[in-house]
Amino acid sequence: MNVHTASMTGTAMAYVSISGVRKTYGSPRGPVAALEGIDLQVREGEFVSILGPSGCGKSTLLKCIAGLEPTTAGQIVIDGRPLKGPPHDMGMVFQRDVLLDWRTILDNVLITAEFIGRKGPEVRARASALLARFGLGGFEDRHPWELSGGMRQRAAICRALLCDPKLLLMDEPFGALDAMTRDDLNLELARIWQDTRKTVVFITHGISEAVFLSDRVVMMDRNPGRIVEIIDIDLPRPRHLALRETPEFGRYVAHIRHLFASLGILKDDDPETGSGDHS
Amino acid sequence: MSDSNPLFASRTFRALHEVGMVVLLLAGVVVVWEAAVYVFKPAPLILPSPSGIWDEFLLAPAYFLRMSLFTLYTTLAGFVLAVVLGLGLAVGIVHSKFMERTVYTLLVALNSVPKVALAPLFVIWMGTGIEPKIAIALMLALFSVVIDAVLGLRSVDPDMVNLARASRASSFDILRKIRFPNALPSVFAGLKVAISFALVGAIVGEFVAGSEGLGFAILTAQGQFDTPRVFVCLILLGLLGTALFYVVEALERLLLPWHVSQRVPGGPGH
Repeated sequence: MNVHTASMTGTAMAYVSISGVRKTYGSPRGPVAALEGIDLQVREGEFVSILGPSGCGKSTLLKCIAGLEPTTAGQIVIDGRPLKGPPHDMGMVFQRDVLLDWRTILDNVLITAEFIGRKGPEVRARASALLARFGLGGFEDRHPWELSGGMRQRAAICRALLCDPKLLLMDEPFGALDAMTRDDLNLELARIWQDTRKTVVFITHGISEAVFLSDRVVMMDRNPGRIVEIIDIDLPRPRHLALRETPEFGRYVAHIRHLFASLGILKDDDPETGSGDHS
Repeated sequence: MSDSNPLFASRTFRALHEVGMVVLLLAGVVVVWEAAVYVFKPAPLILPSPSGIWDEFLLAPAYFLRMSLFTLYTTLAGFVLAVVLGLGLAVGIVHSKFMERTVYTLLVALNSVPKVALAPLFVIWMGTGIEPKIAIALMLALFSVVIDAVLGLRSVDPDMVNLARASRASSFDILRKIRFPNALPSVFAGLKVAISFALVGAIVGEFVAGSEGLGFAILTAQGQFDTPRVFVCLILLGLLGTALFYVVEALERLLLPWHVSQRVPGGPGH
């Protein structure tokens, strides 16, 4: 098993380069450190998961990468350009699908193109093709409230992919779904990544989900939010659900589990903690 | 939706059923009222019978229609102005800290002042024509438009805005495509209150000064101790108010078919 320290090599190929990022919030009792000394390089075409307990600042980190939250200190460079506001060529998926109830599924997908002034039959055709690919072919004219949670999140992924972004940021996208739908979407996401090789930063609190999807898993701890370890996941691709029953897969999961246990985040007598995607 | 026909039919049936119940109740009241007047014979000055009120209406239907139309016109003018001004103010308040601290704070504070007390002042400023009446209707309706619109514009899922910002949307696009449609249910809640307030404002305006409208007609009838005429005006006012409310509600149904309160159950799920 390849264990790295927080700072990685291979800066030359980094698509996302985060160095020395700190983020503090003002609070009535003085500034609170949400992120401290974050260094992370994400290579082009790499799938990186950020894994940690709630309150470790992983979602804040993603919002910083997205240019939605300013950093207090440090630098984020995306595709060679220092970050000032949301970068070009980025798609985002949130934990809640945030589909707009007043738009049909197709129009919901099209909104990311509308925002950057792209319209016309080619965009619509692309949206339709994406929906069909995600098994939503017959639902273009439906409204979000007519769809199940899994279907809604698929539509949200289509929306993020519509403008073919190089960078895909996902903030616990499957956290609110039931275990079976989550497995299903994990597979679908793995397949999409296999086909498109987008650079993905994926936030999750599910250990096996992170191992299953990623090239690398970044583990964070809280108070302040910081990176404690980054591991490479050297498992063959394309990946199938059966991979999760292999001893190699189990070793990665166990390693991560032990790390979080040693940090006092996982307690063995508590069956709830950290078993997010093992139900 | 193609599969909604039986559901739609049952919804129409339910609506008709509700209307039927109300009509039945009102008919009962009229019958009891008529019988009571027949038995106890109160002076028509105190309580006229329903048939007496109807006869009074038939004496001069054109007069009552003209008065009703004037009040309707005043109400709608005040309402429409309140909607335009109110939505504009709400957008300003939500987008500018300065406007929030000044205009919004002032509006909320003023809301507790009994605004009808200002009516005589409007007459002094604008004369006895239709203008002060529209102004009073506007003033009464404005508050509920602004307050509910601000509430709606603010209560947007922050991730919805984040999604738009992540797609490099302009703040005008965020307002147009996300904040405003998202606020519409709340806006309509305000409009339903505002239309009733606009009618109150129109009547108050006519009470204070004027020579037209149902408020004026009530006041003159009272001066002549013509109680049946007062009742005709009151009933017309009631009909007008109810009709206006349902027009706004119909508009809401038309514009917000997606809202929770309007949905037809039975999505596919899986």
